[in-house]
Amino acid sequence: MLLAEVTGTVVASVKYQGLEGVRFLIVQPLDRDRHPQGRQVVAADAVSMAGPGELVYIVGSREAALAMPEPFVPVDHAVVGIVDHVERPS
Amino acid sequence: MKIGRVAGTVVSTISHPIYDARRLLLCDLLDADGEDAGGYLICVDTIGAGAGETVLIIDEGNSARQVVGDLNAPIRAVIVGIVDELQVEGDARQV
Repeated sequence: MLLAEVTGTVVASVKYQGLEGVRFLIVQPLDRDRHPQGRQVVAADAVSMAGPGELVYIVGSREAALAMPEPFVPVDHAVVGIVDHVERPS
Repeated sequence: MKIGRVAGTVVSTISHPIYDARRLLLCDLLDADGEDAGGYLICVDTIGAGAGETVLIIDEGNSARQVVGDLNAPIRAVIVGIVDELQVEGDARQV
């Protein structure tokens, strides 16, 4: 699982079966210092609450589909949590 | 499996239900010498690792699902051990 920042939303009215009602977000994966790392990807929103500007954590590959209500869907990245903050010992 | 060092705790109120009551730790990845390798992972902690500790990480979905005991869990990275020592080519290194 990696950190990412939500940068946008994707609106798709026609989707594969099982994806009805699923929100899609554009996310920018981040490195540990929260700098952009790699290309932006479209991720399904498994928490249904994430929005642009938020720091989230994402899963990829098979685990992304498992995060969805219907686990056999063509999803390769999913937002599985919204980060409140990261506690680092001083 | 990978070797990492616990750098902090990820606090998340809104998350997939599988993460409820599980600790999420941000771990910097290390190379075989115990030095910083540059990457990181957010891992589910199964053993009670603490900040600064060197840990053993599984970064593979099927294994992670077995560890957390839920074969449909959307979890990929799990901490499964705390490393005491690394031995590389005969040289032991406390970490």
